[in-house]
Amino acid sequence: MNTARASSFFKQLKKPSVLPGFGLTLGFTLVYLTLIVLLPLSGLFFATAKLSWAEFFNTITADRVMHAYGISFGTAFVAALINVVFGLIVAWILVRYDFPFKKIFDAMVDLPFALPTAVAGIALTSLYAPSGWIGQYLEPLGIKVAFTPLGITIALIFVGLPFVVRTVQPVLEDMNRELEEAAASLGATRMQIFLLIFLPHITPALMTGFAMAFARALGEYGSVIFIAGNKPMISEIIPLLIMTKLEQYDHAGATALAIVMLFVSFIMLYLINVLQKWGQTRMLREH
Amino acid sequence: MSLSIPQNKQSGIGEVLWVRIALIITGMLFLGAVIGLPLAAVFTEALRKGLDAYVASIIEPDALSAIRLTLLVAAIAVPLNIVFGIAASWAITKFEFTGKRLLITLIDLPFSVSPVISGLIYALMFGAQSLLGSWLLEHDIQILFAVPALVIATIFVTFPFVARELIPLMEEQGTEEEEAAILLGASGWRTFVSITLPNIRWGLLYGVLLCNARAMGEFGAVSVVSGHIKGETNTIPLQVEILYNEYNFVAAFSVASILTLLAVVTLLLKRVVEKYGAKTKKITT
Amino acid sequence: MGISAKNICKRYKEFVALDNVSLDVKSGELVALLGPSGSGKTSLLRIISGLDFPDSGSVEFDGAEARTNDQDRHVGFVFQHYALFKHMTVFENIAFGLRVRNKKYRPTEFAIRRKVVKLLSLVHLEAFWDRYPSQLSGGQRQRVALARALAVEPQVLLLDEPFGALDAKVRKELRRWMRKLHNDMHITSIFVTHDQEEAMEVADRVVVMNSSRIEQVGTPEDVYHVPANAFVYDFMGNYNEFDGWKDRDGRIHIAETDVMDSADEVASNEEAETEALLLPEKKRILRMPDGAKAIKLYARPHEMLVSRSPLEDDGIQVKVIHINPAGPLVKMELESNSNRVLQAEVPKSVLDKLTIKRDDILFVRPKVTRIFE
Repeated sequence: MNTARASSFFKQLKKPSVLPGFGLTLGFTLVYLTLIVLLPLSGLFFATAKLSWAEFFNTITADRVMHAYGISFGTAFVAALINVVFGLIVAWILVRYDFPFKKIFDAMVDLPFALPTAVAGIALTSLYAPSGWIGQYLEPLGIKVAFTPLGITIALIFVGLPFVVRTVQPVLEDMNRELEEAAASLGATRMQIFLLIFLPHITPALMTGFAMAFARALGEYGSVIFIAGNKPMISEIIPLLIMTKLEQYDHAGATALAIVMLFVSFIMLYLINVLQKWGQTRMLREH
Repeated sequence: MSLSIPQNKQSGIGEVLWVRIALIITGMLFLGAVIGLPLAAVFTEALRKGLDAYVASIIEPDALSAIRLTLLVAAIAVPLNIVFGIAASWAITKFEFTGKRLLITLIDLPFSVSPVISGLIYALMFGAQSLLGSWLLEHDIQILFAVPALVIATIFVTFPFVARELIPLMEEQGTEEEEAAILLGASGWRTFVSITLPNIRWGLLYGVLLCNARAMGEFGAVSVVSGHIKGETNTIPLQVEILYNEYNFVAAFSVASILTLLAVVTLLLKRVVEKYGAKTKKITT
Repeated sequence: MGISAKNICKRYKEFVALDNVSLDVKSGELVALLGPSGSGKTSLLRIISGLDFPDSGSVEFDGAEARTNDQDRHVGFVFQHYALFKHMTVFENIAFGLRVRNKKYRPTEFAIRRKVVKLLSLVHLEAFWDRYPSQLSGGQRQRVALARALAVEPQVLLLDEPFGALDAKVRKELRRWMRKLHNDMHITSIFVTHDQEEAMEVADRVVVMNSSRIEQVGTPEDVYHVPANAFVYDFMGNYNEFDGWKDRDGRIHIAETDVMDSADEVASNEEAETEALLLPEKKRILRMPDGAKAIKLYARPHEMLVSRSPLEDDGIQVKVIHINPAGPLVKMELESNSNRVLQAEVPKSVLDKLTIKRDDILFVRPKVTRIFE
């Protein structure tokens, strides 16, 4: 009886088809999605409900927390910006030029996707520690990387690079050669072509890449904690603060911060969707 | 591999030589510094005290137990996500129904959640403060700080991999071949096994590769729910953290090198799959 | 097997694909669903096949209503883009429908092989049995798709734009071949096409569809020579349109000329009209008298009478702006004084006799006109 009702419910939602398995696959999908993702995530909101508004507000605006926002957003922003510039150069040379070991360089771009964050974290720390391969040259110059926001930024550059390269690369590949040839035949200089033809064309992709790298950097934990040193008010990021609160059994505090971060993630997710749509409609218009 | 002067492909117009060379050198240096150096550092640090110390760090009991645990977690999480990914993409791509876009967004959701928060939600769910947690406590069922929580947190963070690889692929392939098979009298299961599955095999493999790499390498989420019990609830990434924090750098990097090798192999296989996938794609269109 | 679709309605969101469409197909018939894209012909075909479901209405096979999700309709379907199984050879593709049968009904492997070999020879692809679809030309793929559909011995064969993706020459060959195949096998067949020539050449009956409805059902001859309405007439080929009117006595007048025809003489022969010719000095721009009814008159390019002198043939004065002499009929584009472009087709011999060149001044009039009221 129940199944009959369920199937008539599905019929209302879905256009009929000769292919079988809709009820089974969608049912499984929904159950699995609910159990693994939706229920636990909604638990977050119930847990915060234990706090009064004043407590919630105080928790998310405490001094230490405000500094952590600053570090998290600041480093994520700078890292994403640097990735936009260098990511564009990397994507450009991979699409446009032939050079030795190109395939290896191309493959390297994906490494941050595949390399566990903890491994990246300790590797970067060993490089930039005062005695490390790079740190030893920076130390005499008075530049401290490890255990400062600069170190965090470097870790976030590592994490975010593939997002920029891999969103810009296909757009550059699809770019119609005739556009720049037409511009050149009309007497535009190379710089003019870049600024007037290329840049407008790849702007949506660049912004999407930026937003993705930024969103990822905000939540990043593994690759940052080793190099950050985690000094409160100086090099402490929000995810780490959540972890610290949790270890101190301050569940409500951890949850409150998590809600804020989740909220930011959703905004970023929405923004990325809007940017991707923009890019797609532009592509459609141009083809 | 050409060693000639870097050239613009296909076109006669392009940047002047010195600009090209400058761009290439900048790009290579950047990639080398940001990605190449850390990669090299892992192996250098791991082998700092020679091969013997390296091998010893890996066959040390806690390390071996971490490797076993990681394999176990991946062996449960990955197949479950494969089944889910296939079911979800079948429902989404082969049928028209209301709420499809929302469903796709929800499936992608775990990718935009910080790993720490991914762990936190399970800590809250199974922790002693929650209803479920106290019930579990009464019945003496250990989920948090034990293998089940590790598995569930891993499932969460690797949740979208297979589905998001398959959905665009199956969308592009449409439903005609399946319809043809059904009209020829094939059963639904037969249609899936002999028509759909061969068509999506490369995309599926691609998704599984990425899913597996993340499952074995996940750190943040797992770190929250693990409890860090040596030899019991430490996966390889957690073991790396502990060794590093104990200033046992050689051991930390030795264990980390296993994960690094996994990442490199994953990338190599990914290339192969991309090549094959693209090749079959080209022929069939 | 006879097919009967009754009062089929189908809409996709806001778009109405089929609006109360009914169609009967007799057993053994070869029917073409002809219409422009978006006219609903493919929707109708998919509903008959059971791939899609009507919002209301029913499909009957030999008088019995087909159940939803009925796998035993014995329908063979050839998809527009063939939907061949990419990872299977030609042989495996054709054998698929037999191999997936329930064990009880499945032929032995030997029987399957024999059957496939027979079908391969039927579609002239014996040498290609171990090829993959990607290694075949468009026409070959089309034939594999047909053989695959025939393998399960369907009682109804449905083809969606079967020649749509092929180039002109292969199309013609396959058309002839399909006609012959149908004559040999007599399977009730329906195919969708937007090419009126194809429908005319292959089908026993043509169903002309337009914006979700059936405009006309008839033999190719009927549809071409006795079109039910202006749409069908338009869809069957090029034409010239004339403004005119019908006066109180039922006589037909064409503006721009002084030719008069009575309504029942409209489709009369050549001689009748030459008598009706008027002298040049009488020619004038006619105004429609009070009480007359404005109408449109139509004539095909080959139904145009072309003449050099106004004396022997009073008609519309035109200038020749283009001549396409390829083919047995010479195609001309003509421009009237009021800047209307008319088309005319005349035999090469006529062109030579009149020594027509570009920019010549000619006089034309329709030999036959049609009116749709």
